[in-house]
Amino acid sequence: MESRAEGASAETSADLPERWIPRSSRRAAVRDGLRAYGLIVAMWVRSTMTYRASFVMTALGNFAVTAFDFVTILLMFAHVDSLGGYALPEIAFLYGTSATAFGLADLLLGPMGRLGSRVRDGTLDTLLLRPVPVLAQVAADRFALRRVGRLGQGVLVLVYSLAALDLDWTPVRVLMLPMMVISGAVIFGAVFVAGAAFQFWAQDASEVQNSFTYGGQTLLQYPPTVFSKDLVRGVTFVVPLAFVNWMPALYVLGREDPLGLPDAVAFLPPLVAVVCCALAGLAWRAGLRAYRSTGS
Amino acid sequence: MSTEGADAGDAGDAEDGFIELDGVEKVFDVRRRARGGAGAGAGGEARGGARRGIGRLRREKHQVRAVDGISFRVPRGEMVGYIGPNGAGKSTTIKMLTGILTPSGGRLSVAGIDPSRERTRLARHIGVVFGQRTTLWWDLPLIDSYRLMHRMYRIPDARFRANLERCVELLDLAELLDVPVRQLSLGQRMRGDIAAALLHDPAILYLDEPTIGLDVISKAKVRDFLRNLNAERGTTVLLTTHDLTDIEQLCKRVMVIDHGRLLYDGGLAGLHEIGRSERTLVVDLEQELPPIELPGARPVRTEGPRQWLAFPATESAAPLVARIAADYPLVDLSVREPDIETVIAKMYVDRSAV
Repeated sequence: MESRAEGASAETSADLPERWIPRSSRRAAVRDGLRAYGLIVAMWVRSTMTYRASFVMTALGNFAVTAFDFVTILLMFAHVDSLGGYALPEIAFLYGTSATAFGLADLLLGPMGRLGSRVRDGTLDTLLLRPVPVLAQVAADRFALRRVGRLGQGVLVLVYSLAALDLDWTPVRVLMLPMMVISGAVIFGAVFVAGAAFQFWAQDASEVQNSFTYGGQTLLQYPPTVFSKDLVRGVTFVVPLAFVNWMPALYVLGREDPLGLPDAVAFLPPLVAVVCCALAGLAWRAGLRAYRSTGS
Repeated sequence: MSTEGADAGDAGDAEDGFIELDGVEKVFDVRRRARGGAGAGAGGEARGGARRGIGRLRREKHQVRAVDGISFRVPRGEMVGYIGPNGAGKSTTIKMLTGILTPSGGRLSVAGIDPSRERTRLARHIGVVFGQRTTLWWDLPLIDSYRLMHRMYRIPDARFRANLERCVELLDLAELLDVPVRQLSLGQRMRGDIAAALLHDPAILYLDEPTIGLDVISKAKVRDFLRNLNAERGTTVLLTTHDLTDIEQLCKRVMVIDHGRLLYDGGLAGLHEIGRSERTLVVDLEQELPPIELPGARPVRTEGPRQWLAFPATESAAPLVARIAADYPLVDLSVREPDIETVIAKMYVDRSAV
């Protein structure tokens, strides 16, 4: 089954001290982490699938609950023709990209929100005893496949908007779509990780994290024009959620940026995503180090 | 050094330090709300402190020295008891030995590895069992946890199968493999946890209170298994416990820790000598009788036909039992070990008397 060639390189990488990690071994750590993540996720998926009916029910429930957000928007549009100057298909586009990106991050990294309770009840210690990165274990902890429900409704709304939008689909615009969904998911993922890292110090901080993740994705479902400029500035420059969909979506939709930033900003999401990951990674390591020196 | 104890004879050669601690310290900053008033909050365990803030938000920052300069060596293949009252620093030591916690000072080496710097590498060489919490996946059947360990630790297939088979047989797990961990009883879960800690053939096994809360039969099973493991595989075992019987039956060497310091390191007999500890003989007679008077035993309590006699823990109970059986109408009889708290309390009394 397992074993063979892979083992050798991982063995040498593990020989190196943890605090000072040369690039080669950092790469090995990432590979080890992904492997462990895959193992744990596979186990939870298998376990979920032993109760197939229950899985279908909870996934549908997840779909229905999250779809209510879009139903709210539809109800609104029964009374108005536009929201902040945006028509329904455009709002659906914002909603679809935000919900899809968030759905991906939530599916893959959602369990990170539980870190605080693991710190509080001491069960984090058991993760530190295993020969695989803690981040991978926390991220895969009780992987909940039912969250595909949320992802599904996001994709559905996105597909609807693509069908309803009357746009000139240039190659750039077409490429923009996967770019923004993937970068968006990575940005949300980084927020999940950074939020979890914060819980090493403040164990009840998951609410703060939720306001950025769940709150953020709801925010992004509406056009930036309905919010105050300060708020838009905040999610552009402080917590860069605006790069999940607003900035690139405005470009795709041919809309004016309320902050008056240049067009090139629309192409920044991958870069922003990489920077967010680096910062989240640093935060995570600082958090873990703090935990290991205080034990609480 | 292992030679500081009164009875260091079986402490082994210090040369082959498989686990080595050298002046290890762990200091925690503890903040707590000040109780207000001038003299408040001078907590007993605090040795240094600083005040800051004002009014209702005032907090006092204490430094708690959970482990305060501990040094010892454990040679390969030894089975050592690590005992002390609650909050003595046992678990903190174990956490440093596993790499979970980074020490604040001193040097630590386990199987030649610095635990806090190379935690994940060390993980392949050690097995850990926490009596109070499980390392298994709570919602999954036991076998799923084992399968995941198999791949996580990259255990070769044949070895995994052999180890699992052995543990299942010796720890009586066959019926439990398909049961979710949360449905296991404490004793079953503990056996499951011990198996999980051994699947990757660790050279060192740490056990933190492995018999806590177990019934007599489960305790016996766990002890048998550990004795076996140590004898057959030469696994080095460090175990913390509250139960001196664990030590009596498993370890030749015992270390006593309190307030983060090592008070004793040597054989169990030596500990009893230093602590002047007494075992208790509980005697059930056929009828109520005046307290039994025998040389070498001290009547402690009488309750109807039941009597409690204390005798030095260093002495054998056999001659005493023989005499009671000969002179009194005996129905039943049992021996109780002294508890750790009493032994340690007596060690303190002795120290302050000197």
